[in-house]
Amino acid sequence: MTTTQTQIPKLDVEGISLKSVSLWQITWRRLFKRKSALVGMVILGILVIIALTAQWLAPYSPYQVLIGLEPVKQRQAPCIHLLGCPADQPQHIAGVDGNVRDQFSRLLYGTRLSLMIGLSTISFAIVIGTILGALAGYFGGWVDTIIMRVMDVLLAFPSLLLAIAIVTVLGPGLINALLAIGIVSIPSYARVVRSSVISVREMDFVSATRALGGNSYEILFKRILPNALTPLIVQGTLGIATAILDAAALSFLGLGAQPPTPEWGSMLGAERNQVFTAPHLVFYPGLAIMLTVLSFNLLGDGLRDALDPRLAHMSG
Amino acid sequence: MMIQYILRRILTAIPVLFGILLVTFALARLIPGDPCRAILGEKATQAVCDRFIAAHGLDKPIYTQFGVYLGEIARGDFGMSFRYGMPVTRLLVERLPTTFELSLSALFLSLIIGIPLGIISAVKHNTWADVGTMIWANTGVSMPVFWLGLMLMYVFSLLLKGTPFWLPPSGRVTAGLLAPAFYEVWKWNVSATGFLRSLLEFFGRMNILNALLTSNWKLLGDAIKHLILPAVALGTIPMALIARMTRSSMLDVLGQDYIRTARAKGLARLVVVLKHAFRNSLLPLVTVIGLSLGSLLGGAVLTETIFGLSGVGRTLYEAITARDYGIVQAFTVVIAVFFVVLNLIVDISYAYLDPRVRLN
Repeated sequence: MTTTQTQIPKLDVEGISLKSVSLWQITWRRLFKRKSALVGMVILGILVIIALTAQWLAPYSPYQVLIGLEPVKQRQAPCIHLLGCPADQPQHIAGVDGNVRDQFSRLLYGTRLSLMIGLSTISFAIVIGTILGALAGYFGGWVDTIIMRVMDVLLAFPSLLLAIAIVTVLGPGLINALLAIGIVSIPSYARVVRSSVISVREMDFVSATRALGGNSYEILFKRILPNALTPLIVQGTLGIATAILDAAALSFLGLGAQPPTPEWGSMLGAERNQVFTAPHLVFYPGLAIMLTVLSFNLLGDGLRDALDPRLAHMSG
Repeated sequence: MMIQYILRRILTAIPVLFGILLVTFALARLIPGDPCRAILGEKATQAVCDRFIAAHGLDKPIYTQFGVYLGEIARGDFGMSFRYGMPVTRLLVERLPTTFELSLSALFLSLIIGIPLGIISAVKHNTWADVGTMIWANTGVSMPVFWLGLMLMYVFSLLLKGTPFWLPPSGRVTAGLLAPAFYEVWKWNVSATGFLRSLLEFFGRMNILNALLTSNWKLLGDAIKHLILPAVALGTIPMALIARMTRSSMLDVLGQDYIRTARAKGLARLVVVLKHAFRNSLLPLVTVIGLSLGSLLGGAVLTETIFGLSGVGRTLYEAITARDYGIVQAFTVVIAVFFVVLNLIVDISYAYLDPRVRLN
């Protein structure tokens, strides 16, 4: 393609610096201004660090049974030296679980699993949902009708129930639970992508690409889909929160991660009948789930506001 | 216009309902394992199993089975539960009221607490009341239902034992308190079977309703006491969602010119907030309530499991693990259809509240 370069007149105003600012820089700035988003990022940052360094942070192996190694009892309450626990007793910050393992170490390793669960299910759902939504929105007609009707049916079930049903068919286990949650999450991404594809499909810049001889692939992936990126990021971040909650619920019911995997939902489920005698075994795993979910929720909400052009004037 | 819109929405719901039937049928058949040996035990002989399979029509081609299934559902017959040895419809009449009562009270709680909190938060924007409410709401939506339930149980059933704040950790009523249903108290003459009887039983099994109808205050107090913890556990997520949505849509509306006008012409602040602002921020709220229904029905499985309530959720979960096709199919269909119908109602009320929706 040969084009004649037209000289763009340079703005030359003294005293005004005209540094170009990208959308992402603006988003970052707005994100940092929001206290709730900042809190979310800090919690998430800590969780990521814990996940990456669990093997050095954890005082014990998450599978290590302490019988015969230390004078500890089954389901012993937390013993923290700083809080007055006798120094001659071994320290277990979050107590000892029903199989006489150090719960704190298991909680740390659980961070790794939880973050992986959230990321993997939602990546899966985003990829499949984007493909389906793009096809439906771009081609329209019967393709659209069939895809979106199937999505409607999936959405017609309460997500946790559908996930339970799918896991039952596939068989209990962490991988199958992840697959089930991934499948259940697909429709919302398909919808998001479809609606943004439809909203830009007929716009001039798309017609221009078509007029210049761009093929469907180029139009769809280079011109149309980038427009769906913003809502996808927001939806995805909030989706991770839901996915982690649902995965924990499945594991709690015994359909997800199986013992002895140090997964928070499964740890909680295994000890739920001991809530009156050993509340620490229920309290800490649940708290960990809540903090993780909270961090993604706060970050997702912050991203939504930061990426919303209508709120550009708002600083709060 | 409105009627046209309603008809159109009902028509689009039909393929979805058909899809639901297809999916539940397929899921129930895909559950691995042999239903005969799951029900009759591992030692069932081949001959016994053949008879079992023939009796339940499981030897016919799969499309015939689906056809039979559709025909039965059209007649309101959900077949037999292998495990309980009784018609699934009976089981539904028995278990649905528990879930109904639980979900409705959870929704009720979330509305009467969520909406005022959201309004206060919007009116007192950026004050400590707002910040506090939002911290609470964000924590609320992030809370695992099962964890909240267990922690509530620990605090109210164990730590507060012996105080007036003690609440029972499980069950629906204290043993021995269960009173006869209202139609028995009123000596209604209803036959022991039939649709009317099932309907009456259905309502009679909702303890709070029954206690109110029969002025049984002891039962009422007891039933409410049993319901508080599960309803709070189940209602927290919707409550937080509702508070957040009320706040953000109120904030949108409060910035509008007509609010300033209303204030300028000297209307009381409370009137402006409730009549001008709140009514106009109802729309998004209706959507959130629709969305919350899903989390209510899904959360019911967890809540019922924790608090030992034999509702639909827990029965379904147990049926899935026991491969009881009849229950799995019927209960999933009922829950999904319920969900679709509720969303239909939400959509229609949306159109009623906002004429732009139905003209589109």
